[in-house]
Amino acid sequence: MDTIIGILNQMLSEAISPTTAGLAIAVIGLNIHFGFTGLLNFGQAGFMLLGAYGFAIVIRDNGSMWLGILAGLAAALVFALILGAPTLKLRGDYLAIVTISAAEIIRFTGRLSALDDFTGGALGIRSANYRGPFTDLSPFSQNPQERFSLLPFNYTDVAGGAMWVRVAGLLVVVLLIVAAVLVARRGRPAREDESAPVTTPLSVRLQVIGLSLLAVLVLFFVLPVTLSQTGADGWWLRLVGWTLVALSTLVVLLLVRSPWGRLLRGVREDEDAMRSLGKNVFAIKMQALVIGGLFGALGGMLFVLPSTVQPDSLGRQTTFLVFTALLLGGAATIFGPVLGAVLFFSARIGIREIGDSYIPESIMSSQQSNTFSFMVVGIALMLLVIFRPQGILGDKRELRINV
Amino acid sequence: MSGRTPPVRRGGSRARALGLALLAALLAPLLLTLGAPASAAAPAASVATSCLPQPEQQGCIAGTLGSRSSPVGGADLTLLDPAGAEVETITTGEDGRFAFTITEPGQYTVELDRESLPDGIELRGQESLSVQVNLGGTAPALFDVRAEGFDGGQTSRTDRIIQGVANGLTLGLLLALASLGLSLIYGTTGLSNFAHAEQVTLGGVVAYGLVNVGGLNLWLGIVLTVLICGATGYLQDRGLWQPLRRRGLGLTQMVIVTIGLSLAAQYAFQYFLGGSNVPVVVRDFGVTVIGPVTVKNQSWIAMGISIVMIALVGYVLTRTRIGQATRAVSDNPALAAASGIDVDRIIRLVWTASAALAGLAGVFYALAVSNGIRWDTGLQILLLLFAAVTLGGLGTAFGAFVGSIIIGLIVELASPLGAPGDLKYAVALVILILLLLVRPQGLLGRAGRVG
Repeated sequence: MDTIIGILNQMLSEAISPTTAGLAIAVIGLNIHFGFTGLLNFGQAGFMLLGAYGFAIVIRDNGSMWLGILAGLAAALVFALILGAPTLKLRGDYLAIVTISAAEIIRFTGRLSALDDFTGGALGIRSANYRGPFTDLSPFSQNPQERFSLLPFNYTDVAGGAMWVRVAGLLVVVLLIVAAVLVARRGRPAREDESAPVTTPLSVRLQVIGLSLLAVLVLFFVLPVTLSQTGADGWWLRLVGWTLVALSTLVVLLLVRSPWGRLLRGVREDEDAMRSLGKNVFAIKMQALVIGGLFGALGGMLFVLPSTVQPDSLGRQTTFLVFTALLLGGAATIFGPVLGAVLFFSARIGIREIGDSYIPESIMSSQQSNTFSFMVVGIALMLLVIFRPQGILGDKRELRINV
Repeated sequence: MSGRTPPVRRGGSRARALGLALLAALLAPLLLTLGAPASAAAPAASVATSCLPQPEQQGCIAGTLGSRSSPVGGADLTLLDPAGAEVETITTGEDGRFAFTITEPGQYTVELDRESLPDGIELRGQESLSVQVNLGGTAPALFDVRAEGFDGGQTSRTDRIIQGVANGLTLGLLLALASLGLSLIYGTTGLSNFAHAEQVTLGGVVAYGLVNVGGLNLWLGIVLTVLICGATGYLQDRGLWQPLRRRGLGLTQMVIVTIGLSLAAQYAFQYFLGGSNVPVVVRDFGVTVIGPVTVKNQSWIAMGISIVMIALVGYVLTRTRIGQATRAVSDNPALAAASGIDVDRIIRLVWTASAALAGLAGVFYALAVSNGIRWDTGLQILLLLFAAVTLGGLGTAFGAFVGSIIIGLIVELASPLGAPGDLKYAVALVILILLLLVRPQGLLGRAGRVG
């Protein structure tokens, strides 16, 4: 039982880690590309890497943090314009091939030993060189010894922290999630008319959100996460990271509810029809590519803050992981990207740790269980696309993307 | 099928000009760096040094001066502590190795005394390095030293270019073997198969298993490998792609399925092989020297067999009924089916042949190009394959051949013509993007196909 609790604890730490938050923002950006507009962007990691480089290099060379953020966003903007100009008029495959190639070019260039002084070459730029201005902003204590947990009390305060308290807590979490799902299913109005938009009443939404929040609180009660306040990997970074995720989600919500959001879906569903209505399809696609890319760059900055700007950590694999997270959560949904990112990245850690703890070393070494977790990711991606293309939250009718 | 969607948005030449200008702006720094001298990767810090890191007690700063084949001994190195005070000075051994032991973590500085370097050796990079060391870890300190006049000292640039052409043709022919299949699959089904490069890796891995581990004769091993790889193609279409086509899964979704397959396959290879480069045969085949060109003997065989196989595919496609049927399916599956062609059978044949060709390419790639196979060999060449296929024109088999040769030459000529070694793959991709700007249908594609 202790092992299980240990694994769950690791999964929870991964779920709330700033890298997951960074990836979640990248997934939100990709959702604008792929989910809402139907653009097959296989270079999201390139956007992330550019954002990270712009941010890190400017701050390392004594620029201010805001200038760094602007530089990262500007790099992503230029990148999107360059990629979009030749390919957005062509069939989707071309955008896929060009974005994946361009992202690799960025990575190769970043790795160049000739650029060691600028990008740090293959070793990259350590976060100590650019983290300063960010941690200086922290209202929390800078002392790494001062640590705190999210909740003022946890399982140790009840019955002396006995195991049954934790197990009961976990059961409550499961029940709360089941209840949230049931409420959400009940509350959805019956679909008599296939073409009518599915809207869930506000009261049902509030209930679902309340139940989910309660589940998260109980989870933190059972599995307290204790971290330093500011440091390289502390609460300050997490607070900022998840606030940014929430803000990004809000921005996307407002964007896709606007007339412009309807244009995006129009392009995804039928380009020719949009053109016959007098819309400039090229411009719409370009705007989507740019905005999604900016989210990618922002995610990249957050992704590298706790560790290093290392070109190889933002290669093709990252793009594909981001894609899997998006499809898991549900493309073309508002909360899908965040839910997908949290579930996906913590599930991968879970698979790795289960392989590590329960399968004997002779059958699967810990290196192999890490590899195994990625194998499962690949297979999961295939199965998801084949059997549940709408993911957890999506609407099947939204996903007839064919580029 | 979206491969046949109506073509063509004309106009927008202004946007294209804008794109060109922006591209030029982006590429300018890249091209500038291409002119910079090629610097070989610094030698990796060796593990066996005289310093052993111990958790909580001591850490190490270690490295090797010079390369493993030509180490630089007798050079003086000075360690400065985080405060900048001199801690100790040591001299590299005969094998070029050095190691400092530290007991306090922090940001140390290692200085190389330029004067102490032996004659004929020069320092290329920085004289002092800042190294972050933790207790229980070894931090590498890499100095870039090498013989003076390293660039173009022994071989003239012309000779290196001629050698590059020979290597480029080898690589190009192997890419052609693999990309023919990619192109045929695209042509008949409209699918961009991102898992195709894993079929190439599979060829190398199966050959490694049969020949190196199983001890089979090399030729027999190659034939068996091709058969096994062909079988995987057959089974894949039977078990995966045909059912998906029947379900009416969209092409975009299928592309994502191929990505999932490629991820799973890569990590399956890594699971069994680990991270190392495993050779198919541990034997030196020797080299043949013709003038300035040195070509490995196995490369000659690889090139010869590739040409024969490519010619065979070309013959089948243009001269036989099966080939005619394949081209008919490529042009218009519905019409082909209406005229009595069994489209599913043709597609299954294409999958089988493509996987077999890719497997063959994998064996030869491991033998002639990379001296072995790694779990990520396919990952490295996937983009070259796509570049080749797109360059020649998506879906045209002959275009794939021409594109592959061009990409092979570009990759191998990039270094002698002045690109830093680590950029040689990127150069091929830059050219792909530039070409798409001016001729999106590829060199040999018909304009109408691009929609």
